Amino acid sequence: MDFNDPMLALSSSIGQIGDFGLDLVWRFIHIVVTLCLIVSGIFELVESYAISLGLIQKYSSIDIEKLKCLAVVVDIEAARDVSKVIELLRWLTTIGVKQVGVFDSQGLLKKSKDMILEMVPRSVLLQETGENNISPDSIALEFISSFDNKEAVVKAANILLQKYLKSIHPENGEGENVFTESHLNEALRVVGECVHVPDLLLVYGPVRSHLGFPAWRLRYTEIVHMGSLKYMRYGSLLKAIHKFTGVRQNYGV
Amino acid sequence: MCRRENNDLSGNDVVQSFITGSGSFPTFASLNSQLRILVLSLLPSTISDPKNLGTVLHFIYLSSGEGMGGGIRQLLEQVHRLSRRSLFRVLSMGPLPTHLAFIMDGNRRYAKKRGLEDGSGHKAGFSALMSMLQYCYELGIKYVTVYAFSIDNFRRKPEEVQSLMDLMLEKIKSLLDKESIVHEYGIRVYFIGNLGLLNDQVRAAAEEVMKATAKNSRVVLLVCVAYNSTDEIVQAVKRSCVEKADRDVERIQLVDIEENMQMSVAPEPDILIRSSGETRLSNFLLWQTGNSQLFSPDALWPEIGLRHLVWAILNFQRSHSYLEKKKKQL
Repeated sequence: MDFNDPMLALSSSIGQIGDFGLDLVWRFIHIVVTLCLIVSGIFELVESYAISLGLIQKYSSIDIEKLKCLAVVVDIEAARDVSKVIELLRWLTTIGVKQVGVFDSQGLLKKSKDMILEMVPRSVLLQETGENNISPDSIALEFISSFDNKEAVVKAANILLQKYLKSIHPENGEGENVFTESHLNEALRVVGECVHVPDLLLVYGPVRSHLGFPAWRLRYTEIVHMGSLKYMRYGSLLKAIHKFTGVRQNYGV
Repeated sequence: MCRRENNDLSGNDVVQSFITGSGSFPTFASLNSQLRILVLSLLPSTISDPKNLGTVLHFIYLSSGEGMGGGIRQLLEQVHRLSRRSLFRVLSMGPLPTHLAFIMDGNRRYAKKRGLEDGSGHKAGFSALMSMLQYCYELGIKYVTVYAFSIDNFRRKPEEVQSLMDLMLEKIKSLLDKESIVHEYGIRVYFIGNLGLLNDQVRAAAEEVMKATAKNSRVVLLVCVAYNSTDEIVQAVKRSCVEKADRDVERIQLVDIEENMQMSVAPEPDILIRSSGETRLSNFLLWQTGNSQLFSPDALWPEIGLRHLVWAILNFQRSHSYLEKKKKQL
């Protein structure tokens, strides 16, 4: 018994020293990772300035027709700086993008939509014009938040529930199956949601994550991480759009 | 799974053999003096996990020359395993993901790149999957989800679909044949998707595996087969509507749909890894990945390795506090 107590204390101390050593190794690995990311960040910075100045040939022309609908996801902290969002939308107008959906989880940009529409030249609100009525020299903007994600599906589900309840009552005589993807799609339109699938989603934030963008619309969307909105670069934007135009999808076939 | 069985001698067996002299291992007493000193000096570093002690003793046994019949290959694998465990011990100093999801993309391109016959890419992909599962299990990740077959994949050439179904049946049955391995590692297997679209044999085998592993609880493997996220959402809406109609309730809430999602048996994924460098989700876990970190290594699925997993986890650890803050905001 007397022999065991010092032994236990010794093994506990050895364990603590071991954990401290492991923790140091862990921190060292993360320092190395940070340095690698800094170095690759510097290369990307130089490349994006070269692209902006037109020094890299392949980015000088982009087949923008391939990009029918672009979505931009903005981190909630970045969304508070509306001027940066306006600048980004102006760049997209210059590049020739016709339809842009701007998303932030809490709908801060929705609240500022009037100001954004005023400050971005030739911009119109998508809901007013409808997807097929966008004039060639304007850009249609859509403002999206988390309420357009799961809550919208709940609203659409309630529409389908009403249809289902009607169909099971004999006096109506309806027996069709109301639970298909096209039914849910239509129900989402009825509750006022745009169901157009973006071709490309640009994420401006610390992490590559779609941050709750409407799930129903993300099926085949290319998701690209652009880094922080505060340090956004025109060259990186051009590069991301150019890379998208080279992607070939087989849609699972 | 076969490869793991040959090499994964239980650490407890080796420790017991050393003490009691039973089994095919030498006892401590039978080691020469240098090896005895080596065992004693390594004891403190293995004290936090007795399994490590077994691994160390087994390593010594092999290097003592008495296990030369096992081959240099086994020795190298044990060294690799020990270094991997040390690396995982270091990684576990930071936050670790609870749930990892994989889109196993690039099997066909791999076969074409290597000049292999059709179907070999998928077999190589299966081996890569087994390695990944082993790493995830060793790291202590509780939930792993894999995108094995999409509803869209049914539109491929009939011969290819049939060969994929045959491969799936063979591998699912192998889980049944070696049921003891699944139970030994405590893996609970779920097959998530519209199983009605599968042929009877594959569906029956999948249901049998789910039933056989229902009592396991250490690790959960979710295999998405005949799956689409949009189909999962529609099916959840349908189940919610039918439930509400049965109970004469006229309003669905979000919690009803969430409960009826097939993936509700697992928490949301922390990391989603898609191999082959493609940046889209291809209708996989769209509902569940709002707070997930997406990672797209360029390697084709059969080429995926430990380094990609470690890089994904290191990045996850860097972003963990941001993603936790985001979850609380919603």
